[in-house]
Amino acid sequence: MAVAPSDPAAAAPADGVMLSVTDLHKRFGNLEVLKGVSLTAQEGDVISMIGASGSGKSTFLRCINLLELPDSGEVRVAGELINMVPSRIGGMRPADTKQVDRIRSRLGMVFQSFNLWTHMTVLENVIEAPVHVLGVPKREAIERAEALLDKVGIADKRDQYPAHLSGGQQQRCAIARALAMEPQVMLFDEPTSALDPELVGEVLRVMRDLADEGRTMIIVTHEMRFAREVSSEIVFLHQGRIEEQGPPSQVFGDPRSERCRQFLATSAHEVAG
Amino acid sequence: MRFELFAEYFPALLAGIPMTLKLAGLSLFIGFFLAVVLAVLRTSGIRPLEAFVRSYVYVFRGTPLLVQIFLIYYGTGQFDFIKESFLWPVLREAYWCAIIALTLNTGAYTSEIIRGGIESVPWGQVEAAKACGMNVWLRFRRVVFPQAIRQALPGYGNEIILMVKSTSLASTVTLLEITGIARKIVSQTYAPLELFIMAGAIYLTIVFVITRAVDMLENRLSPDLMARRHVKNAAERDIASVH
Repeated sequence: MAVAPSDPAAAAPADGVMLSVTDLHKRFGNLEVLKGVSLTAQEGDVISMIGASGSGKSTFLRCINLLELPDSGEVRVAGELINMVPSRIGGMRPADTKQVDRIRSRLGMVFQSFNLWTHMTVLENVIEAPVHVLGVPKREAIERAEALLDKVGIADKRDQYPAHLSGGQQQRCAIARALAMEPQVMLFDEPTSALDPELVGEVLRVMRDLADEGRTMIIVTHEMRFAREVSSEIVFLHQGRIEEQGPPSQVFGDPRSERCRQFLATSAHEVAG
Repeated sequence: MRFELFAEYFPALLAGIPMTLKLAGLSLFIGFFLAVVLAVLRTSGIRPLEAFVRSYVYVFRGTPLLVQIFLIYYGTGQFDFIKESFLWPVLREAYWCAIIALTLNTGAYTSEIIRGGIESVPWGQVEAAKACGMNVWLRFRRVVFPQAIRQALPGYGNEIILMVKSTSLASTVTLLEITGIARKIVSQTYAPLELFIMAGAIYLTIVFVITRAVDMLENRLSPDLMARRHVKNAAERDIASVH
């Protein structure tokens, strides 16, 4: 069951492609949420996915680690293709759940609603997966967890339960929990959308530090100013398709797509503010 | 009321406590494991298994425990193939028949209590466990079950108490637990009032001890719920101090 802990730098493939998604399709009943989305993340890329609610950006992120099963398309993490086979009920299912668990352990995910395990303390949340999934000795896991909690600024909360933490502290704990797996790619699913406005900054600060460290990150967000400042690439999704894609200066400064222009205009106060 | 009877027969009734506790304890113990398995099947998402558990629970909740005890004790002896099978040495004993009936019964009720606990665990926490690469067994063992059991504990405390009292039905198939002994002495002394007062008092004492034990267990197992309650109380105090 134990998987060797992965050192992100050492495990980077020769071509530097940490994540590649090809032609992803996903429908919920009659609604086609993703109509063929492809994305490649090089090592150190920070890719922000923006778009209106319902544009499919969260679904896309959740398809990467198979929290949603795509109907078709390919996902490769550091070169390793997730094997899928046709499912009885249509669409696809994983051919090998062990492979899925292994790949998930290399992708750190941060959720909109934190999803901390409420029956565990902050420290227990952070060491849980390293100890039980990767088989890291407990003492070593605790040492690393303490360093991570220090890094996200909640070292003093290590023995508290999530119920005792503010939303911002909970989300920083969730980021530490994801980092504890030493993931090759971090996935952020609207990490600040559930936070009170005054708590957004502390979470974005932690994310900015991670970006500065050169971590590969895919971020679904509504924080336009943050996306503009931190990202190496912006992807604008509209109705399940990539409508605009490029460096922040181009997407924000001179978008080619009219829809993207409109979307940015309606969120302009955020960019300006 | 003949007060001298209390002193005279109290020790005889006390002698029934071990049988009562054995019936309740053993059936609760086995029934708990049965219930966990049933609850897991019931929430497995596999239709035929879910249907099986649902019918099982329906039958055992829908029929009186007394009828179940009678069916197992008197009913199984009607079939030659059972009398000739390896099961007969067990099924001809009133004690084991009572244990079987009580176990199957508590298994049904408890599985529903645990199912409620399992379904109360927020889905997001399960997704977070998946996203870390935990396999299905690890997710259940480390995330779902610990929270389900804490959630289920108050309801399960109730079930323990009901089971202790249900053991009195075993007296109908000749077992001499507290109620059985009381009935036997009543038939000799014609003093139902005195004896059943004593029997009732003994059950009350047992239930009192169990209630306290479950409360303590609840506090010990749920430091996080205590924390949440503490936060809530503090918040209420804040609100109160504003007004």
